[in-house]
Amino acid sequence: MQLHAGDDDLATTAPPAPAAGPDPADRPRAEDCAVFTRGLVKTYPGPGGTGTDAVSGLDLDVLRGETFAFLGPNGAGKSTTISLLCALARPTSGRAVVAGADVLARPDLVRRRVGMLFQHSALDPDLTVEQNLRVHARLYGLRRREVRERTAEVLALAELSDRRRSPVRTLSGGMRRRLEIARQLLHSPSVLFLDEPTTGLDPHARAHIWEHLRVLSDRDGSTLFVTTHYLDEAEHCDRIAIIDHGRLVAQGTPHGLKAEIGDDRVVLRTGDDARAAGIVRKAAPPGRTVTADADGVWLRVPDGSGWIPRLCAVLGEHGVAVHAASATPPSLDDVFFHHTGRSIDAAPGGTR
Amino acid sequence: MTSLPLRTPEPAAAPAPGVRDGGGERLPRLRHELRAVHALVHRDLLRLACQRAHTALMLLQPVLYLFILGGGLAALIPHSSLGVGYQTYLFPGMLMMTVQAPAIMVGVRLITDRQSGYLRELLMAPVSRTTLLLGSCAGGTLVATVQGAVLLSLAGTVGLPYDPLLLALLLVGMVLASFVITALSLALAVGLRRPEMFHTLLGLVMMPLLFLSGGFFPLDSLPDWARALSALNPLAYGVDLLRRSIGLRVPGGEAGGGVEWAGAQPPLLLEAGVLVACGALALVWAARRFGRPE
Repeated sequence: MQLHAGDDDLATTAPPAPAAGPDPADRPRAEDCAVFTRGLVKTYPGPGGTGTDAVSGLDLDVLRGETFAFLGPNGAGKSTTISLLCALARPTSGRAVVAGADVLARPDLVRRRVGMLFQHSALDPDLTVEQNLRVHARLYGLRRREVRERTAEVLALAELSDRRRSPVRTLSGGMRRRLEIARQLLHSPSVLFLDEPTTGLDPHARAHIWEHLRVLSDRDGSTLFVTTHYLDEAEHCDRIAIIDHGRLVAQGTPHGLKAEIGDDRVVLRTGDDARAAGIVRKAAPPGRTVTADADGVWLRVPDGSGWIPRLCAVLGEHGVAVHAASATPPSLDDVFFHHTGRSIDAAPGGTR
Repeated sequence: MTSLPLRTPEPAAAPAPGVRDGGGERLPRLRHELRAVHALVHRDLLRLACQRAHTALMLLQPVLYLFILGGGLAALIPHSSLGVGYQTYLFPGMLMMTVQAPAIMVGVRLITDRQSGYLRELLMAPVSRTTLLLGSCAGGTLVATVQGAVLLSLAGTVGLPYDPLLLALLLVGMVLASFVITALSLALAVGLRRPEMFHTLLGLVMMPLLFLSGGFFPLDSLPDWARALSALNPLAYGVDLLRRSIGLRVPGGEAGGGVEWAGAQPPLLLEAGVLVACGALALVWAARRFGRPE
């Protein structure tokens, strides 16, 4: 009875949710997304009157508060997509709504609501850290008082407060990157785009930048849209879209994408691989291919680590010694390979 | 990073800017654009402040011209042929030379900003591209005038009085001249991708522009075709404006041989008008090119 009453309450406070979406096929709706695109196309005029599609028919949904990785090899169209989403370039066709504003109808609103970290450093090296921030803040129309407050805030966040009077020229690569990120936070964007934020940094600085980004997303619930060609970076994100040759090939959580393509790879090294293979074949779920080769005996099963003790026990019963066992979940590279037929590192690089 | 209140209008149903944030937004919008102009002017002033050595070197050139070339030729050129001493004659031209160098740098900076990626950063700002161009132009004009003002302080050494009105007139003249050159420099730079091209073009046109400006010698000593060309030279109007300003305040300080239209000197205000119109046209053209989205 009470449950029923509660349902009624829900129904009155939240009016018919299904009716709000006029087109069920279009879910999630543009309003719920930080970035929402349908059929986005950007064609650059190519030689001989033919056009080159840098981006063709992109459908993206990035939810608010998400850290979204945009993964693809060099030249896949990542940077082009980002400049379309920031209203820097006009799409040839299709629709994109970013931070609640349409990139074609209200590019100024889009730019006011997003932050953009470009791939190549764009600071004024002659000015100091603080001067760079102030110029940017005024450019975005902040009031003088706001400029002072926000500058101090973002400097503290970037751990650059003690360097605020240093000319940018004297900063290290990692510091510059943090300053660039800090600069994009001045106008409190609701979506922050980062184009290859860690390219050209050493591993230590890379890790520091990601720590910094994680703080941003945890503390403020900011939406981060990160392009990268590093698989390990994409791994940390809430959701991933994989792009290749300007086309979206897959979109989902890292776990979901990996689960979609298959099972863990379980490898056993035993005293007698040939005999072990026969035993494992009987113990494993029916229909699984068990292979014995130079790696040892291996097969693909769901929940691979759960299978290791069971297989070891069976092999022990038959007197086969197990020297080593491992279960490897599919990697994002496997996912990329599954969708494009090649490894991301082997993908042809291109200039953007 | 506090999220903005994302009260999302159905984007397809939001027909034009200003339905929801109309009225109330119009004034803030203008204010935002003005703040952006201020930001760019501020950046130019900051750069001027931190590049003192470079600025000093840039100022040294006209000073050397004024005292070495001017000092050397003063002995050769009789007072009577110009109406004034040669150094006094050279002064407006040197003021022009002082403002011209930093004004031209604005165009160079547009190209280097494009190369370094700073320009993209500017383009991301939620203001119109015309505003960005206006800001660059205003910054360049101000920086050039400031440098010109430094040279103006040498007026006494070439025999000109420190008359407030004269200084004010010369300052206004330099503002106009700086504006025109900045605008022309920007108009040239918006279409170019590489700074080498800009420098080559500049090297090609700068020499004739300077010599046909009437800064070094009276234009009436030139052959007719060169005189006709000088009537198309914005620098000539700038120099003429400065020289005639001196003539207004210093009795007997007027030197002839400026720009002439069909044998007669155009009125002073018309010359000023020509400069403003020329700068404005260049700026409009540059803004149209610059405003074209990708």
